[in-house]
Amino acid sequence: MAESVTFSTNAATGLALSIKGLRKTFADVVAVDGIDLEIMCGECFGLLGPNGAGKTTTIEICEGLTTPDAGTVELLGLSWLHAARELRQRIGVQLQETQFPEKLTVEETLRLFRSFYRRGMSVDDVIGLAQLEEKRRSRVGTLSGGQKQRLAMACALVGDPELLFLDEPTTGLDPQARRHLWDLVDHLRNAGRTIILTTHYMDEAERLCDRVAIMDHGRIISLGTPPQLIASVGGDHIVEFAVTKGDGNIHPLEGTALTAIPGILSHRVDAGLHQLSVGELHTTVPRIFSALDDLGLHPSEFRTHSATLEDVFVRLTGRNLRDE
Amino acid sequence: MSSLRENSMYELTVTRFRLFLREPEALFWVFIFPILLAVGLGIAFRNRPADVQHVGATSADLVQAMNAGNGLNAILIDEAAGTHELATGRIVLLAVRKPGGVAYKYDETNPDARNARLLADQAIQHAAGQKEAVHSSNDLVHETGARYIDFVVPGLLGMNLMGSAIWGLGFSIVEARQKKLLKRFVASPMPRWQYLASFLLSRLLLLIIEVGVFLGFARLVFGVPFRGSLSELGFLCVLTSLSFSALGLLIASRAKTMEAASGLMNFVMLPMWILSGVFFSATRFPAVIQPLVRALPLTAAIDALRANMLEGIALSHLVAPVAVLLAWLVIPFMVSLRIFRWR
Repeated sequence: MAESVTFSTNAATGLALSIKGLRKTFADVVAVDGIDLEIMCGECFGLLGPNGAGKTTTIEICEGLTTPDAGTVELLGLSWLHAARELRQRIGVQLQETQFPEKLTVEETLRLFRSFYRRGMSVDDVIGLAQLEEKRRSRVGTLSGGQKQRLAMACALVGDPELLFLDEPTTGLDPQARRHLWDLVDHLRNAGRTIILTTHYMDEAERLCDRVAIMDHGRIISLGTPPQLIASVGGDHIVEFAVTKGDGNIHPLEGTALTAIPGILSHRVDAGLHQLSVGELHTTVPRIFSALDDLGLHPSEFRTHSATLEDVFVRLTGRNLRDE
Repeated sequence: MSSLRENSMYELTVTRFRLFLREPEALFWVFIFPILLAVGLGIAFRNRPADVQHVGATSADLVQAMNAGNGLNAILIDEAAGTHELATGRIVLLAVRKPGGVAYKYDETNPDARNARLLADQAIQHAAGQKEAVHSSNDLVHETGARYIDFVVPGLLGMNLMGSAIWGLGFSIVEARQKKLLKRFVASPMPRWQYLASFLLSRLLLLIIEVGVFLGFARLVFGVPFRGSLSELGFLCVLTSLSFSALGLLIASRAKTMEAASGLMNFVMLPMWILSGVFFSATRFPAVIQPLVRALPLTAAIDALRANMLEGIALSHLVAPVAVLLAWLVIPFMVSLRIFRWR
């Protein structure tokens, strides 16, 4: 193309996205309840939260698909009110649930999307990037779930966006397809692309994101790098077990009996399973055993793991991420 | 250099073509079905060279007299058997020899039977020596353009233009909305007007094939006349197709599911299939509903197409139907642009 347009990312601040006081209500449901957020260029940022937390509403407001009731959104220093056309050229979007026409081939679909952008990647390059070479001439209807998702990603990338939005990119994929998609995101992230993604998989956020905002009920309840957030739980380790009396039945146990043990930072019960956050396993675990022994109780299903973002969410909300 | 392949208008239009051509059902309804319908109607309503009525008589001289005349094929049969044949419709008239005369047995409500009665009586009177009071002779004409097939071809053309435009636009757009593809397009820099324009453009290109195949068939097989200007006929087809495209767009502008769209389309098209004079003249409906019938786009389209093809009337004398079609183009288009739901 004759037109050669050079975009400079907002070098002055290095801000890819800036949200202030964002609110959105649907009928009587408050989907987004006052969000402030700043995302830097080059970051891979994750919005983590259960279904219905307001992630998709937030990201769709950022994508200019939904207008907020209140608050401001700036992408690359521009706002949707004044520079929608330019922003559309500079961002890439992958939505939940898009079904591309089944009777078009992968290549035809990408060529169509490529034609919307003034500048961008070649169709060949983006097919290579999404590892769809073998499916280039296959119709979309014949692709697997993972391949369809990579096609959606390729359509988001074909305009060579400065800012890439991925809404639940791996929801509904089998573990292998998920890992394949993670590799693709990793690749983009290492190439320095700014990525904003939503997910309700804590392992996904932990694995992919430089920083994570945990959302619940339309608010950001915690924000930081995954290690920072995990450290905020107050303990590096989680101990889980059920207790039984001699008769083998699950025995109700007062939490106070456990939190009294030195080294235990918090306690909760989930479906009969006691979950304790613990600073040092090697000193605390023996104390737990002896305390249970004193009460005449036997621990079963005893296991420990390093704290994850899931535990952060549990700690903050008292609920599991995937309860909903 | 911005090549054609990178042009979004081109890509969108080509995509519409691809999707249409890869849908065998759509191909059938648009191209094959109207031809099958024309063939079926053409055969059912073909003008038989000379309608021969089957009749019976109880005496040999009557049989001979009736067979000597035109248009009757008489057999000798006794009265009881003849009455049975009458009842089963194998003959339409039975001439019974009576002392000093003849009696005709037939169903008075059956036009064929009444016709046979006239022919039979004429033949028998003639054989008995009756003279014509006034000399008469026949001068036969076979006028193309007056046959049923000539009447029905413009009707089928109008109906086909309506169906392909409304289905073509309606289903594709609602499907794209239901599959969240519209939303995805809106999230890209695609100019929205180009998306809608690609439907109109691909529709017009398909129109050339669709109308060409159908009218070519009607011309070659049935010899349907084209008395008016072909370029004006082309203009009428384009106008009709655009009007129904606008209507299809209106139907598709808010419907969220294919079921809803399908119901709406039938609701819009069914009255026109019945009222707009596809198979018989719309003037047969009572005068009270004529204003409604005249205001329907399909009535206007078919009236104009018939006037052009069968009567050779120039476009300048078709102001009324053209105005109706234009109104159906502009108003639904404006309304749908205002209310169109992109997600």
